[in-house]
Amino acid sequence: MDLDMLWYLVPSVIMFAAGVYGFMTRKNMIAMLISLELMLNAADLNFVVFNRFLFPGQMEGMVFTLFAIAIAAAETAVAIAIIVNIYRAIGNTDVNDADKMKY
Amino acid sequence: MDYSQFGAMIPELIILGLFFVVFVLDVFTRDGSKKSWLTPVTTVLFGLATVAIWLIPSADTSAFGGMYVDDNACKAIKAILNIGVFIVFLQSASWVDSDETAIRKGEFYELILATLFGMYLMISARHFLLFVIGLETASLPLAALVAFNKKHYESHEAAIKYILTAVFSSAILLMGLSFVYAFSGGSLYFSDIAVAITAGSMSGLLVVALAFVIAGIGFKLSLVPFHLWTADVYQGAPTAITSYLSVISKGAAAFAFFIIFAQAFGQVFADSWEWMMYGVIILTITVGNLFAIRQKNMKRFMAFSSISQAGYIMLGVMSQSAIGLGSMMYYIFVYIVSNLGAFAVIASIENKTGKVGMDDYDGLHKTNPWLSFAMTLAMFSLAGIPPFAGFFSKFFIFNSVASTGSMALYMLVLVALINTIISLYYYLLVVKAIWINTGEAKIEAFKSNGGEKAALWICVAGIVFFGLVPYIYDYCYNAAQIPLF
Repeated sequence: MDLDMLWYLVPSVIMFAAGVYGFMTRKNMIAMLISLELMLNAADLNFVVFNRFLFPGQMEGMVFTLFAIAIAAAETAVAIAIIVNIYRAIGNTDVNDADKMKY
Repeated sequence: MDYSQFGAMIPELIILGLFFVVFVLDVFTRDGSKKSWLTPVTTVLFGLATVAIWLIPSADTSAFGGMYVDDNACKAIKAILNIGVFIVFLQSASWVDSDETAIRKGEFYELILATLFGMYLMISARHFLLFVIGLETASLPLAALVAFNKKHYESHEAAIKYILTAVFSSAILLMGLSFVYAFSGGSLYFSDIAVAITAGSMSGLLVVALAFVIAGIGFKLSLVPFHLWTADVYQGAPTAITSYLSVISKGAAAFAFFIIFAQAFGQVFADSWEWMMYGVIILTITVGNLFAIRQKNMKRFMAFSSISQAGYIMLGVMSQSAIGLGSMMYYIFVYIVSNLGAFAVIASIENKTGKVGMDDYDGLHKTNPWLSFAMTLAMFSLAGIPPFAGFFSKFFIFNSVASTGSMALYMLVLVALINTIISLYYYLLVVKAIWINTGEAKIEAFKSNGGEKAALWICVAGIVFFGLVPYIYDYCYNAAQIPLF
């Protein structure tokens, strides 16, 4: 156990920032969904790392991560179902084409 | 594992039981008759559950080592939300029974009950794990409900906008919680976080974590920098779901917000998040009002109106006292009847004629005087004109903030007051269209269905009497007497 906690936190922050960047710039709904997964996984990684290094005697962070993974899976299922419906309606999954309602 | 702990969650068990009853009835009965009996059966059963939750006297309970707490305030807000859901069931009955949706009506009720169950967990959570589970249980089925109009493309577009922003906000919330976890000494109980914050000094990490948590919950409440999804989702969703989103989901999130910020972060109120919330509230009320003025679609109009109302609800959080909590619950109750009254009119007109534009309401009083009357009362109440309930709810919530005595909060009340006057303008635009605008009435005379009528009568009675009957405010005030810190 030579590595410092920082070595785990930096990748998680990079993942989170990449997720936010991807969510803002990607035009494909599936790609946006993948970016969201990156953000959720960054939070999960944070929980595990904090648990492992700061509070090694407890399990709370790990348990929280398990629940967060389950929630992320459920969310992906619902989102994919909606994307499939949009694909059937307009023939692609580009967010620029989902612009029927706006200001 | 001691399963008897589950027995402490009486309101949740009632809703869960109802969910299974509706599910079994829906799945194991024959499809041929379009199940026209399912709507009244569910509505009556839900009404009984509401009465049970109101009337069953029970001591304060807590379960799972304090993760779940059901005290008086939680019971009161659950009962209030239950009444709101009952009105939504009444007003959506004719839409659910229409040919297009009749085959899926079981799913409609099951999904609504599932989201209500999630909101209950959110309200009763005193630990962030249970809070996150409740939040997601509430928001994922809501995405499916927003996409409920399978044949209409707008419904799907609204759903994808809703779920992408909802998950984005929960990712931000989870990131913030991970920092809170690191800071709080390895526990996510609200009380443990408060203790850790008192023991340690203010740190930059905590401020970042707080900003993340405010952003995450602000999305659910559509507070202003995070409000961009609201108008599109409200417009595209079926009207029954729009009304559900605008009152029930907002009321539950506002209550949970109050509890989190009082019990977990109450110690750093003056240091950090008071100023964040100060700016957010002013922005929310003002931007909501200014954008509402230029809307021509009634559902978009109600979306921006509900954004600014969320700002008023958040005023209760600023006072950080039992009076604030009581006034907030009272505001939510009054907001439920006023907003659902407006939505009952919008929904019945949309079901009959398919019209949702504000221009279509010109001269409505010639053809549908009763609907015009109900809509006028709802608009007066939302704008806060005495003697309707909306005036008293605004009065009490301003009073709770002003009674803290801080100069900055006086200014906040002043800004909110000026915004009330702005909001009068656009609420009265609807009243003007109905009563004053000349020209042929664009909506022919029609009869509303029984359910819509019942919902409208309940809402009108609430708008007229909630302000005049002191019992309602006393009930909220007494329920709010819980230890906050």
